[in-house]
Amino acid sequence: MKATARWSQGMAVVMLAVALMWPCASVNQARAAAEEYLIGAVFSVTGGASFLGEPEKKTAEMIVEQVNKSGGINGHPVKLVLYDTETDATKCNLAVKKLAKHDNVPIIVGPSTSGESLAVVKVAEEEKVPLISCAASYKIVSPVEERHWVYKVAGSDSHVVGKEFDYMKAKGIKKLAVMTVSDGFGASGREELLRLAPEYGIQIVADETYGPKDTDLTAQLTKIREQKPEAIINWSVGPTQVLAVKAWRDLGMRNIPLYQSHGFGSRKNIELAGGGAEGVLLALARVNIGPLLPDNQPQKAVIMDYTKRYADLYKEPISSFGGHAWDAVTLAIEALKAVGPDRAKIRDYLENKTGFVGQHGVFKFSAKDHNGLGKDDLEMVVVKNGDWALAPWK
Amino acid sequence: MDSAWLQYVFAGLTTGSIYALVAIGYNIIYNVTEIINFAQGEFVMLGGLLAVFFMEGCRLPLPLAFAAAVLAVGAIGLAMERFVIRQARNASVLSLIIITIAFSILLKGSAMFGWGKDPYRLEPFTAGGPLLFGGAALQPQALWVLGLTAVVVVLLSLFFRRSIYGKAMLACADNPNAARMVGVPVRTMVLLSFLLSAAIGAAAGVAITPISLMEYDRGALLGLKGFGAAVLGGLGQFSGALVAGLLLGLAEAFCAGYLSSGYKDAIALVLLLLALFFKPEGLFGSSEAAKLKRF
Repeated sequence: MKATARWSQGMAVVMLAVALMWPCASVNQARAAAEEYLIGAVFSVTGGASFLGEPEKKTAEMIVEQVNKSGGINGHPVKLVLYDTETDATKCNLAVKKLAKHDNVPIIVGPSTSGESLAVVKVAEEEKVPLISCAASYKIVSPVEERHWVYKVAGSDSHVVGKEFDYMKAKGIKKLAVMTVSDGFGASGREELLRLAPEYGIQIVADETYGPKDTDLTAQLTKIREQKPEAIINWSVGPTQVLAVKAWRDLGMRNIPLYQSHGFGSRKNIELAGGGAEGVLLALARVNIGPLLPDNQPQKAVIMDYTKRYADLYKEPISSFGGHAWDAVTLAIEALKAVGPDRAKIRDYLENKTGFVGQHGVFKFSAKDHNGLGKDDLEMVVVKNGDWALAPWK
Repeated sequence: MDSAWLQYVFAGLTTGSIYALVAIGYNIIYNVTEIINFAQGEFVMLGGLLAVFFMEGCRLPLPLAFAAAVLAVGAIGLAMERFVIRQARNASVLSLIIITIAFSILLKGSAMFGWGKDPYRLEPFTAGGPLLFGGAALQPQALWVLGLTAVVVVLLSLFFRRSIYGKAMLACADNPNAARMVGVPVRTMVLLSFLLSAAIGAAAGVAITPISLMEYDRGALLGLKGFGAAVLGGLGQFSGALVAGLLLGLAEAFCAGYLSSGYKDAIALVLLLLALFFKPEGLFGSSEAAKLKRF
């Protein structure tokens, strides 16, 4: 009993201290905001999509530090106000509201995932704050009439599907087996695959799904083998895309080419497949394959610069996801530089931005297109000798 | 091709033996304490990740890394009993079960800090491509998992049925006070049960990592499926856990193959629900014994 009493006394003291310090903290923030340019950020730094959020956070912090070192934006230092959403749409929603109302930021970058982005579209519209999502789903920016304030820098699934179908068409593939993971990423990819296949004269002969934590995909691939497809496309992120490659190799299905989504675009996946990924095809944004690009490619310079700085700072290779944050944060900085911390002006600036050379393509925003990317911003690559190589179109 | 069904059998047996190993871990602790230890899946995850650490971080050869991972996780199991469960010894079984959930979250969080969020791989125990049986491929590693499961089941059954220690452990579950009166050191037996079940979970983790990769948050789902197998087979029954685990794995594989892969997880849960409705003591449990249990 005595111990409990002491506990509650202690808690009371702590709470009192917090209560006393709270106003000071807000006052400090308010004073700082007068001279600092704020950039709000919401990333899934922990939780299920932490593989997206972590490189995004690191990239955003790196760029902001870089800008501050070189004198800030027109003399104004930049401050990144970053919240971790824990890959939780509810927490993300709260974080965006907090950024818009409490922190009063002129622009928000993130969230990392499509689910979270769709959950905050409405908040951005209501609060009238420009938001540059780093997630892929086309629904984030369409219908564009209802997405006045929302932009996204990640290519849509339809771009990846379009590019891969272009390639299949060039290779004469007509019968395709589809396998997708039963989460948001897989479901959205599956929808696009099934929707676009007829346009490219491709027939879907198998349509299999699996759970994101499944331990073995042999059963699904066996069923696919029965349907005798001319190619297989797997659409997932995380360990299951490696399990698909392993099962494909173990079942001796190398004669049927395996395509993956852009989610496979990390060298770690090639390593995890333990040599089994040779020959796997996928459409990738150029940020993943900087060194392979010809020197006259307009994106090569920015990609190589990002690759080097990131590797120097964090001692790890860049990822496609960090590239989204690069594009979003750099856009935000360019907007702040051009029009200052005014929400409406930033929005208009973004909508008219064309020819922005980023990590994921050369963006051409317009009133009709708040994404600014297309399938031509991607390259087809193949895993060759444990690394990426440009896939031959012949 | 006729080999498809055989391939589904292989896939089902591989996944099923993983479920069975997890289920066995539940059973050991349940047999002694009537606690359902929801940290069991995390033991599996830690076993796999620690083996990766010992092999790649400490450059140990595989058998040593295997042993080291099993010992390390065994020690974590001991610590869990000694410093967590024992502190709450006067609490009800239900409270203790909730404590195990808390501990599992702790383990998962620590693993996330230690290893990050990426999956890790291990080389298969024996090199070489898949074995082919009439067009169906079987990974040699699957044989290791199956073999490990079989050995564990046989040894544990012998231990609990024939050895005096095993019988003493069972006595603790039936009636701790009576067991204490006839001289069984109940506390030691409970400690032993946590050690054993953590070690077996870890062994399962090391064995499956070459097949399925391992990352910090895989424990929960493995734990859930393993729990399903344990209940389906009758809590506390080792051969029941084995059969039920394999059954679950096969049901999932055949459902993915012949019905729809989307309903695979549902099939496992429907099987479990049916068992609970019609034979709540499990396929191999006796209903008289079930009535005596508190949980």
